[in-house]
Amino acid sequence: MKWTPHASTSLDDALAPWEGATSRRDFLKSSGLFVLGFGATGGAGFVASANGQRPNGDTVPYPEPDFHDLDSWLVVHEDETAVFYVGKTDGGQGTGTAIRQMMCDELDIGFDQTTLVMGRTDLTVDQGGSGGSDAIERDGAVARRVAAEARRALLELASDRLGVPVDGLNAREGVIFSNANSSKRVSYGQLVGGQRFDVILTGANVNAITGIAPIKSVQDLRLVGQSIPRYDIPAKVDGSLEWAVDVNLPGMVHARNVRPPIVGATLVAIDESSVRDLPGFIQVVNRGNYVAVVCEREEQAIEAAQKLEVEWASPEFAPFPSSENLFDYLRNTTPEPGGFARDNGDPEAAFADAETIVAAAYDVPFQGHTAIGPAHGIADPSDGQLTIYTNDMKPYSLRTGVAEFLGIPAEQVRVIWMDGPQLYGRTAADDAGFEAAFLAHELGRPVRVQWMRNEETAWDTKGPAFAFNLRGGLDPKGNVVAWDYRARVANYAHVGYNEPDTVLIAQLMGIRPERPSPGGARPPDEMYAIPNRRHETRVVRFPQAFETPLRTGNLRDPNGPQTTFAGESFIDEMAAAAKADPVEFRLRLLRGSQDDDAAFRRTRSIAVVEAAADAYGWTPRSAASNIGTSRILTGRGFAYAYRISTTIAHVVEVEVDRETGRVWVKRMVCAHDCGLVINPDGLESTIQGNLLHGISRTLFEEVQFDEEKVTSVDWRTHPTITHMDAPDQIDIVIVNGDPNPDRPDLPPYGAGEPSHRLVAAAIANGIYDATGVRLRRIPFRPEQVLDALDT
Amino acid sequence: MSEITLRVNGETHTLDVEPSTPLLYILRNDLGLRGPRFGCGLGQCGTCTVLMDGRAVRSCMRPVERVNSEVTTLEGLSTEGELHPVQQAWIDEQVPQCGYCQNGQILTAKALLDENPDPTDAEVRTGMNGVLCRCMTYYRIQAAVKRASEMMATGEAGSSERGVDR
Repeated sequence: MKWTPHASTSLDDALAPWEGATSRRDFLKSSGLFVLGFGATGGAGFVASANGQRPNGDTVPYPEPDFHDLDSWLVVHEDETAVFYVGKTDGGQGTGTAIRQMMCDELDIGFDQTTLVMGRTDLTVDQGGSGGSDAIERDGAVARRVAAEARRALLELASDRLGVPVDGLNAREGVIFSNANSSKRVSYGQLVGGQRFDVILTGANVNAITGIAPIKSVQDLRLVGQSIPRYDIPAKVDGSLEWAVDVNLPGMVHARNVRPPIVGATLVAIDESSVRDLPGFIQVVNRGNYVAVVCEREEQAIEAAQKLEVEWASPEFAPFPSSENLFDYLRNTTPEPGGFARDNGDPEAAFADAETIVAAAYDVPFQGHTAIGPAHGIADPSDGQLTIYTNDMKPYSLRTGVAEFLGIPAEQVRVIWMDGPQLYGRTAADDAGFEAAFLAHELGRPVRVQWMRNEETAWDTKGPAFAFNLRGGLDPKGNVVAWDYRARVANYAHVGYNEPDTVLIAQLMGIRPERPSPGGARPPDEMYAIPNRRHETRVVRFPQAFETPLRTGNLRDPNGPQTTFAGESFIDEMAAAAKADPVEFRLRLLRGSQDDDAAFRRTRSIAVVEAAADAYGWTPRSAASNIGTSRILTGRGFAYAYRISTTIAHVVEVEVDRETGRVWVKRMVCAHDCGLVINPDGLESTIQGNLLHGISRTLFEEVQFDEEKVTSVDWRTHPTITHMDAPDQIDIVIVNGDPNPDRPDLPPYGAGEPSHRLVAAAIANGIYDATGVRLRRIPFRPEQVLDALDT
Repeated sequence: MSEITLRVNGETHTLDVEPSTPLLYILRNDLGLRGPRFGCGLGQCGTCTVLMDGRAVRSCMRPVERVNSEVTTLEGLSTEGELHPVQQAWIDEQVPQCGYCQNGQILTAKALLDENPDPTDAEVRTGMNGVLCRCMTYYRIQAAVKRASEMMATGEAGSSERGVDR
């Protein structure tokens, strides 16, 4: 696709006609509809009124679009374009493009005739935003049903207009024609351009919403299955896209936060004279232990926040152990009541009878999101309302959360999602969005806040640390007869989605949740037939549960990478003890039962394990049975898992430098079964990101801290994968292991996270194969690898 | 505050600003440019990259008083409505995910290819190494740099066909 630059679509331009309007529906009621910013990217196709009128006093400023109303989802214009509205956000995995493909297919309209609006609480229905890799699996199904119902309504209108029964009509590219006489035709724009559908959908909630039209069978989908280029990429490449960080409003001022230097410290006094004479200084805002400085210009706010003198009282106890003592602390501290426990069969009897018992302990530290762009938000309190511009992946809960936090009606708040740095769970608790809203509310003028790098790395929400102890029992034939999995996890008071009592600003103000999240985690997700099992996961709490930079929140595939690292490393250790080939050992465990479920997860697990081994060219041998003697040792590692209904298997080829300790993942093979594939290239890109993110977390990432504070504060102290560490070769094998892959209702499953979880185990297994040394503590930085090789 | 004259993307601007202000904030907040973005303020990540004298420079670390040559930002890379081959290669390879860092990736690639039009795989890695991506799109970035190199050598425009094996 050749692409040339287009006139940039400014947010101001796109929004200007909206000012004073109450909803898209009001525009639809008026005449003279047109589309603004309908450029090559199609990213800003807001419907706008030519004569936008102020609402009368009775209407609420920012109502929620009604998900029962077809007009909330889809608008057809007189110029034969259509705009889709979904309550999702796209973190760069191409879910917007994929949803548009699905809706175009069901509506029978060309991809380039459409645009998609995402994540605007006043324009798009509340689908919760993003999370859980469910955009395609769950929300895509809703989008398809809605578009199918619009097509049905259009066919009925066309039937009346053309005098042809509906079953004598067909639709293509936004035109309905008679099968018998193709000169009898009418376009979508002619039928409903600029008008309402006035069709009411049914369903108890937004996820169940449906019309009466059936969706098409998979075989009839045309755009689904094609690698249509992502519509958001050109404007990200030519610099024309307006991001949330770019929003610059008249009268807007800049804020920076001042965090407690010691975790748990209490604010005693602020010496405002330390910054009062700085250029551009406006105000210090303080509530409890939350402190921010507001200045006219951004660089002024940065300087003032650095220079503000604040007196803090140190806490009476250490907030947490140091990261060096973390795993001892997790294992030796009495856990919180509750947790997860599940027994199958009789594990103790099985261990007593076992021929061989294998035991191992695994450790995973806290890991951060460390977004490439620190948290940010812009809030505008003009006209007594509140508009928040944000990259929050869950704009709907930001709206309700901020309204509750500030004590204002939700109808006065709207949240406009815009592109931003990676989400991956970080922006589900949009600390900066709350801060911007609070500051704008306090100052009565638009405020932009952005965190600094040290703040982002130290204070973002963390993926929790785990300490695992596993035991396994083998019978004389090398079959796994017993499994004992004990996990300790540090995620007490896990932060929820934009909760007004768990976001950082609320915690610093002294607000506490009535019932803190108890935390917890699932055991590893696999379909192995092991007759006697014990799974136990217990939560360990630190002395400082709130106002802490070790707040845990969702981090891409929450808990999956940690638990799968333990589970799939340990399976490999048992395979080694049984002197079995790691792939054959896993297949034996998967074939040990004939049971399956509605998603055929066992069958589809076998399919990906076999596909990954085939694509790699795996030849059977036990691990570490072919260790070289040169400086660079090469090994291969295998891992398998499922996540919800997606099954995945990886083979990695690793090189270990015995002199430097450097590990390089040279080649990765990923076999991936997420059912129906909407956009193959988008899926491939998403998987590639998952794999490299997995390498980064396995080889480099660890949040370190002493007994006062987090000491990982930048890219040197919290390193990440770089260009040097990318694999030479990534082979992605898209598998469809469904027993009937041709069924017309073949569903899609999630892909945003599943392939992330098994990277660490695959790498650890590969290092073992290369060196005969088992690494059980993440990350595998060169110094840790050298230490392990020496001992 | 003092008067500073800056030449950016072919236009001359005269501004009344504190001379020690990092160039990044001038470009973003005074000139309204969106390509360079704040990532770390420490020169570690490359998100704020601009071109000066053909070299990739981190605008978060450069006081505006020490800007002595014309500045080119991502917006200034295309000429007469035509995307630069590096930008076209980025589209052809569908590189960005979130895209926040891609300003630095693209401009660093442009500087790299101007210096070394036909880099080896290893030279691409080392030349690009200081620019971080937290969507970890390195694999596609490296393919796009190779593609751009081929496009610049042959003078060909890009295409949707993947010309580079991955």
